[in-house]
Amino acid sequence: MTENPVRESRLLRGVHRTVTGLHPALESLVAAIVGLLIGALLMYIWGFDPWKAYWALLRGAYGGSYEWASSLARGTPLILTALTFAICVRAGMFNIGAEGQTMIGAMAAVCVALFAAPTGLHLVIGLVFAAVAGALWSVVPAVLRVTRGVSEVISTIMFNWIGRWLALYLAIYVIVDPMRAEKTLTVPVTARFPILVRGTDLSASIFVAVGVALLVYFLLWHTTMGYEVRAAGLNPTAARYGGIRNKRTMIISFLLGGAAAGLAGATMAMGLPPSYAIFGGGGLPELTNLGFDGMAVAMVGRNHPIGILMAAVFFGGLNAGGRVMQFYGSNPVPLEMIRVVMGAIVLALAIPELIRLFPAIKRQGERLFAVLRRRRETRSKEGEA
Amino acid sequence: MSWMDIVSLLRIALHAMVPITLTAVGEIVGQTAGLFNIGLEGILLISAFAGALAAEAGGPWLGFLVGAGVGIMIGLTFGVMATYWKGTQMVIGTGINLFAMGLVAFGLIQLGAPGFHAVPREVQLAKWRTPMGAMSPMILVALVAPFIVHWFIKRTRAGLMLKATGETPEAADVAGINVNMTRLLAATFGGMLAGVAGAYMSIAWIGSVTKDLSAGRGFIALATVVFSGLNPLLALLGGFIFGFFQGLAEWVKTLPSKPIPFQFVSMLPYIVTLLVVSGVIGRVRFPKAQGEPYKRE
Repeated sequence: MTENPVRESRLLRGVHRTVTGLHPALESLVAAIVGLLIGALLMYIWGFDPWKAYWALLRGAYGGSYEWASSLARGTPLILTALTFAICVRAGMFNIGAEGQTMIGAMAAVCVALFAAPTGLHLVIGLVFAAVAGALWSVVPAVLRVTRGVSEVISTIMFNWIGRWLALYLAIYVIVDPMRAEKTLTVPVTARFPILVRGTDLSASIFVAVGVALLVYFLLWHTTMGYEVRAAGLNPTAARYGGIRNKRTMIISFLLGGAAAGLAGATMAMGLPPSYAIFGGGGLPELTNLGFDGMAVAMVGRNHPIGILMAAVFFGGLNAGGRVMQFYGSNPVPLEMIRVVMGAIVLALAIPELIRLFPAIKRQGERLFAVLRRRRETRSKEGEA
Repeated sequence: MSWMDIVSLLRIALHAMVPITLTAVGEIVGQTAGLFNIGLEGILLISAFAGALAAEAGGPWLGFLVGAGVGIMIGLTFGVMATYWKGTQMVIGTGINLFAMGLVAFGLIQLGAPGFHAVPREVQLAKWRTPMGAMSPMILVALVAPFIVHWFIKRTRAGLMLKATGETPEAADVAGINVNMTRLLAATFGGMLAGVAGAYMSIAWIGSVTKDLSAGRGFIALATVVFSGLNPLLALLGGFIFGFFQGLAEWVKTLPSKPIPFQFVSMLPYIVTLLVVSGVIGRVRFPKAQGEPYKRE
């Protein structure tokens, strides 16, 4: 056996710890606040007004029903890519391949434009295409991991780049719109997700995302297979002694994650008005970074499907609000600031004792305050004397 | 394929080798001490951007200095979080990568041209004229650095201390070695080399900054570390192999006949990386305490 499960599990132990922290929700909240504060500091340094920007972001994200719909629409694919990451963390792996799997899934979903089918069935075919394509794109890293022990950190990143170039090739040469070379074929009306709120881009694809999240919750916490996946993730050696086939659980979680990421691509191709197509011309702008943002969502959501749903509302809001923020005021803050904030949030999450740092700071402050007070008292006594 | 083609292919390969080898050598030092930094990609990106800005302000050497400085800053941050604050290294690395992607895209917009910023030729590092064509002096640095680091790890007392903190931090602690400080220094050194590599990409090689300038090179460097089994000399070889296939891809793209669509050619370095890594993986042994923050009992 070439793989070294002990080393891999050690690398992931901390990721688990962030999962099973003392007050997981509180830690996520503190990390989010710290991340937003770091973002504000950077905005201030670059000469922006952070409070105005955040006010615009907040109103753009949750200011009304239109804003809520748009935030949920942005969060929909993030739920699915976050599940990809979370399932594999639960299984003891660090799968960062959602990016490539999403792109391949989106291309597979666009392929429904090549044939006709009745409404509804057409949509289901597209979803199946995307899920299967995403799962297929995760087969090689999974097999390399269980047979050769190749770290999935490396193999999935390589597959992200290969997938990106393959998707670009498909979008530019194979399933390209003959009228407009910069985008793919348009998904026909029969295969589109219906719009839920008129005038917004919130479509029924959110039900797919929430459904998959609930399914993953059920699979991981209420079935034997899920128990085995989580046991193998927590301690591979013990799980093996317990009769769990680690390689099987690894491949299952990889395929499940790949299917979720493929579905994320489908929601982008089949559920995002007004284009219902993928733009290959600009280098797949809508699909880029969905996988990486999903990792941030998964970590803030503590790699738990229910936590991910809540985190996706937050990150979807950041994305939707960021789109408002970048046009607000005389000196608008570019949308890219949002990803800086995401990075800062993830960095803050990495520190397990972040919450415990605050009491320490408070203690130091109290000590300092006490010293100052004592000095003032002695000085006033000296004055009396 | 004529003689001139082979020479130009080799030249591109040597240039492509530099960032991968430098980053990999720095990461070898970090991994020897028990740190696993997947944020290399982010360090490359930010230092390429900062280095380009500094070069425009005060010439290429200032650019390299600032690139190295930014690398040191990020390496230091990673080190402090991974040692004293007992952070989770995988999560920190992910955070660095996300942060870098956002910051560089944000900075490029602030410079006025979204997504692309060209570094003027006057402030780029001058290339040496050699019989093989124009060569960057940094190639020499990349050829020498692995030997110095190899000597440091294998032949000096400090190198042995480094290994001890990676293998059995408890024993190192008992022997009076400051485990956290050693790891912090290793992470800082690794960050510095990655910073130099990033600055090299923008001001001595490619000559521009884009959102995906690093193009997975940080992870290819991680693959090189796996390939090398923590031996800096093998990292030089690995860097050359990966650089060669990147060079080959670039070279095929410039062929007038266009035998293959360039999207497929662009996949080549990543496919080769995967193949090489899956070919060598079995014999590699990593430090025992890798990835784990040290806590005194």
